[in-house]
Amino acid sequence: MAATATAYGRLRDYRQLVGQFLTGPGLPLLFLGLGLWALIGRTDAFVIGVVTGSVLALGAIGLTLIYGILKFAHFAHGDAMMLAAYIAFFALTGVMVGERTDTKVLPWTLSDLPGATKPILNFSFGYGLLIAMAVAAAIMVVVFIVLDRLIYRPLRRRGSGIVIFAIASLGVAIAMRSLILIFWSSFGRFYVPGIRPTTDLPFGIRILSDQVFIFWAALVLSALTYVILFRTRLGKAMRAMADNPELALVSGINTDRIIIWTWVIGGGLVGIAGVMLALQAQLKPELGFVLLLPLFASTILGGIGSPQGAFVGAMVVGITEEVAVTLGFISPGYKFSVAFVILILMLLLRPRGLFGAKT
Amino acid sequence: MKLPAVLAGGALKGQIKGERLITPLTVLAITAAVVLMPAERSNWDVGGVISFLTFFATFVAIYGIFTLGLNVQWGYTGVFNFGVMAFFLVGANAAAIITKPPANTEYVRYVGGFGDKLAFIPVLDSDQWLPFLFGIAGAAFFAGLLAFLLSIPTLRLREDYLAIATIGVAEFLRRVTIEEPGLVNGTRGLTGIPRPLGELVSTGDYKFVMLAIAVATLALVYVAIERGIRSPWGRVLRALREDELTTAASGKNVFAFKSQGFVVGAMIMGIGGAIYAYANGAVSPDTFTHFFGTFIFWAMLMVGGSGNNKGAILGAYVVWGFWTITLQLQGYDLPTVVASRIPFIRDFVVGSLIVVVLLLRPKGLIPEERRVSMWVERHAKRFRDLPPTPAEEVESPVTDQGPGRDRSADA
Repeated sequence: MAATATAYGRLRDYRQLVGQFLTGPGLPLLFLGLGLWALIGRTDAFVIGVVTGSVLALGAIGLTLIYGILKFAHFAHGDAMMLAAYIAFFALTGVMVGERTDTKVLPWTLSDLPGATKPILNFSFGYGLLIAMAVAAAIMVVVFIVLDRLIYRPLRRRGSGIVIFAIASLGVAIAMRSLILIFWSSFGRFYVPGIRPTTDLPFGIRILSDQVFIFWAALVLSALTYVILFRTRLGKAMRAMADNPELALVSGINTDRIIIWTWVIGGGLVGIAGVMLALQAQLKPELGFVLLLPLFASTILGGIGSPQGAFVGAMVVGITEEVAVTLGFISPGYKFSVAFVILILMLLLRPRGLFGAKT
Repeated sequence: MKLPAVLAGGALKGQIKGERLITPLTVLAITAAVVLMPAERSNWDVGGVISFLTFFATFVAIYGIFTLGLNVQWGYTGVFNFGVMAFFLVGANAAAIITKPPANTEYVRYVGGFGDKLAFIPVLDSDQWLPFLFGIAGAAFFAGLLAFLLSIPTLRLREDYLAIATIGVAEFLRRVTIEEPGLVNGTRGLTGIPRPLGELVSTGDYKFVMLAIAVATLALVYVAIERGIRSPWGRVLRALREDELTTAASGKNVFAFKSQGFVVGAMIMGIGGAIYAYANGAVSPDTFTHFFGTFIFWAMLMVGGSGNNKGAILGAYVVWGFWTITLQLQGYDLPTVVASRIPFIRDFVVGSLIVVVLLLRPKGLIPEERRVSMWVERHAKRFRDLPPTPAEEVESPVTDQGPGRDRSADA
């Protein structure tokens, strides 16, 4: 009798240990191990996963800032990315769907700049696309600030719960996607039609040159966001507000200004992320909503409010997706469900995220 | 006790006068358009209009069931479900494969197919109704099971995590139906779903039978929810919605009650899915989009007024009426630029509508009622006859805001 009791007690100890390991250092170590194994075992899938993760990272960093500072799940983030991609497309080509087919409605577009479509280095696009990207980012900043003034600020003043913000942002998401459909219809589009140049990496891996650009752009912009958040006064104020809005307000931080800056950074990143997404895949209206789940998975994986966490989370989601499909664990149709499984796993084991503080 | 004041709160004081007209005017405008547009288009053919209105009413009733289910989850329990489509899909497909005869060709593949085995009572034309009861029960069971499984990892966490997780599970299930062609026939979906009581009436009159079935189900669900919500169980749910900590401090198991509210709402959605499958006769993955399967029910609930079952049904009527009107518009002589985009413009309007409602009329067309107990209603007269004490008169402006936290601040 006593022996069974001890055996049971020992079993319970083991279970407790396993539980502590999983909710403690286990999950980060598991993801690190998976990443290393993918890097050595299937380098090609790993590289594509890093590119997918780069696009996700740009979106997830903006999402995590909005989530952390404004305290609500911004469900319009994916569709805002797609809207930005279409705005860049419009700035570049001036094409919209007219009565039935595509018509050029702008008399002058960025493509008319001298040499704007001549490819830079061995990428598929010229400097016109980079300007279009800047235009899209600027317009998204304005759109986000206007939406905040019209919708989110009145709701904030009323003291609405996070759920009301989420429903409002879902309404905004639907409206944004419908706008894309109204102006550009549902066809898939590309910035630059035709075959795209490739680049050879070491170990015999060949990827699109544009994907190299996406990776570096994501890295630079993530680093920039990190610097803004951890090396400037603005960043300090933003972090203070994420920690405790009331305390930030009474310590003399202009919280209204911080909110605007959060939308500025979020909108800028959304603009660039959308163009990157369209460059990596294509322009398609429903892509934005499909991206929502990987974006939230990355954000929660990294811990809400942590940009470096969102970056790592996006890489984990991107790499796991690509490796799981390449190794044949799942059929490509289930690719997105990887993000879903990661999300549920995180919610069960470590809802504060990999880098979130223990509460 | 401030009971008389609570009773008076039902009258909803403090509104601007013109605002009272919004609800009747909206209903009137939608009704006029829904009746007059098809009448005008069919050259005042009464039979055609009646047929049109029958189908319209059938679908209002079906969407009303979904909205009631969502109301149990969000309006009463405060559980945040952004994946209504998951329960819609499970309910509709479960009802279809339970009721259909076995799959017999290589082009049509699905699991289940018990239709011919379920009519085991040899009398009263049981093959015309018994399998359908099993279908509806199965739909409710599987939708409830899914909700229960989903509640385990998510309901203990912050409320927005459930929203993200439910979007995920809805998208996942939609992919499963597409990727596993042996389950519910893949992208082609299920067609030829048997019709309840279908062989007892002529095809021309069947629409009235279907309307009766849909309305009867809606009425049953409505009565069941009203009874449930005005019981002690329902009051715990509403207490939970307002303040979880206080409810927990009163000795209620927060997780168990939230889970129950979520599961009951999901079962109602499953029933709605079943009736949809029977009324439509076919389901396919195209039916289950995030917009049509989830968002439109949120729009219906927010427009109608969350936390109020009458509001939920009225919301279904108004939003589906608007939807139908835009479909009618396509028949008119519009410029091609507009005509080809009507579905997208409609989606844009519905998306914006929810934001406008949240900002300008957060309580919806019919705001939430304050009376929540059958006991209070039974004894209402006695309290109404009491003269108000001075203390209550002072307090009444506060209680007009309703017991607990003011919902207008939140919903």
